[in-house]
Amino acid sequence: MSDKRKVTLKAFRFNAETDYLPYYKNYTMEVGKDELVLDLLNRIKWEHDGSFSYRRSCRHGICGACAIKVNGKSVLACKENAMELLNLFNNELVFEPQSKKRAMKDMIIDKKDFWDKHAAIKPYVVADIDPRPEHESKQSIEEFDKILDADLCIQCGACHYACPALEVNEDYFGPAAFVAAYRFSVDTRDTAGDERLELTFQGGQGVWDCVKCFECAEACPKEINPIEKITKLHNLQFERGIAKSNIATRHAEGFVRSIRKHGFLDEADIVVYSEGYLGMYKHLKTAVKMMKAGKIHWQDGVPFIDNMPKIKNLDEVQKLIDISMTNKL
Amino acid sequence: MSKLKYALFTGCTAKQSTPELLSSTLAVADKLGIEIIILEEASCCGASHLQDFDEFLAHVLNARNICYAEKLDLTMITICNTCQLNSAMTKHALDSDPKLKARVNEKLAEVGLEYKGTSEIKHFLYTLIDEYGLENIKDKVTVPLSHLNIAPFYGCHNIRPSELHHKSNGGENPYNPTSLDELIDALEGHPVNYAHKNKCCGFHVELQANHTSEVLAGNAMLDAIDNDADIMVTPCPLCHLKLDTYQDDVAKVMGRDVELPVLHMPQMVALALGCTEKEIGLNFHVQKATQLYKA
Repeated sequence: MSDKRKVTLKAFRFNAETDYLPYYKNYTMEVGKDELVLDLLNRIKWEHDGSFSYRRSCRHGICGACAIKVNGKSVLACKENAMELLNLFNNELVFEPQSKKRAMKDMIIDKKDFWDKHAAIKPYVVADIDPRPEHESKQSIEEFDKILDADLCIQCGACHYACPALEVNEDYFGPAAFVAAYRFSVDTRDTAGDERLELTFQGGQGVWDCVKCFECAEACPKEINPIEKITKLHNLQFERGIAKSNIATRHAEGFVRSIRKHGFLDEADIVVYSEGYLGMYKHLKTAVKMMKAGKIHWQDGVPFIDNMPKIKNLDEVQKLIDISMTNKL
Repeated sequence: MSKLKYALFTGCTAKQSTPELLSSTLAVADKLGIEIIILEEASCCGASHLQDFDEFLAHVLNARNICYAEKLDLTMITICNTCQLNSAMTKHALDSDPKLKARVNEKLAEVGLEYKGTSEIKHFLYTLIDEYGLENIKDKVTVPLSHLNIAPFYGCHNIRPSELHHKSNGGENPYNPTSLDELIDALEGHPVNYAHKNKCCGFHVELQANHTSEVLAGNAMLDAIDNDADIMVTPCPLCHLKLDTYQDDVAKVMGRDVELPVLHMPQMVALALGCTEKEIGLNFHVQKATQLYKA
């Protein structure tokens, strides 16, 4: 393979002060094997159009300023090799800002929603600390290990603007705020854990609105795996008694009830158990449609009651639940 | 080619609301001469919800499932993206953390089992492509799907996180997956190219965040419809349930008609291989799809 490749790059262009609509412009250039996306952004600006705008600062993958999307993939421009991306996307690259609806100028977005949510979660250790301590507030290796890799977050917003739940629901905190909530809530010096767990428990804004798409895990340039921390926040809400019984928590806990009875999830029962009988009116239409299509089991002529398939060796599963369960609702 | 043989983890959905997934999977395997042993002992994978309640318990139950594939010394195949993800996450966690593996095995020993880590876990889509081979499938096509524009809907849990799946999904690019497109090509259908093919269907928040769920499903379906899809196909029964069962609700939220038959991946293959209507089971769909038999 040659060290250089002539390609046409497509870039999102928009100036919120003068343009009615965004547009895309093509830039043709020879790309070398060691060039980074940031080099290409620079070359668009220096060799083609001086008005092309983007954020850049440290060029060492630590300040998070240069995060953009290339063909929908979140990248830190200063870390991402351009040739690798060209190979991944068959030589067609499209540069876009992290969030097109928040675009101010070309690659530059208004990140206010990100910072507001990040701040609301109290991303710092909350503690009464002696202003004149005799020694540092030390952490053991075990205490530090609990934080996992959550401390590596550089607030670039890659996961935040890759999250589809956030795209639909503006109240949702988003994965980066959850990573911070996790990081400080497991810090043994911190005293605001319960407050953060309450915040992240609430419907609409909290972790229970996570759609489990793993876009955040894919997007993070520091390989933090935000959804792992979202799962841990769910677990912590049960461990520390913050989780209240509601449709979302009963849905999670209800799996144990089903699995104990059948080994399988009882698809009809989990809806009834999560919603409560009164909440079922919302699902009647769907239930009727599913019954008509033969999707709900009927063998005994009575829906929802003991017509479920069961796994073999169910007793093993029941015993494992009894001896392994660590949480309760 | 030596005869392929797999242990099938059906998951809950194929045993209940989508019996057509199981029957079409078995029919396809039969036509292609793939031997399948159903793991009747396997329990629910937790669907990423049990994991929210009790992660350790979820690992124990998933490890138990894998034990049964290990006993047969076979690769465990899945027909649900979420089963694939949760089983693979447990395998990865246990294989990379000896302490966790020991804790889980301590529990499993109580029921006479031991997780060793000797069985691979792979979605049926990728066994068909990587191990059976697209060329070989192509040779078996008796009813080419050349009259259909087919929108591939990949489903999150087969393609993300890519680091976890790369060994078992042929290194699929999560931002531009191609396996289903290639399978559609092999069956002589026309793959529809649309931006939402690798996006979330909204299934997992159907109960607690209904609006989010309908919008995500709607975005995907309308994108496919606007790109002239006749049908959609997915390797995941949870995506199928969301996209097939809730079209009326999605239409209400999106303010547009949404009518699109959604097929399970094995149903599409079964159609092209000339399996029987009973095996393909299009009658089990909420959005009418039986017209596809007549083509």
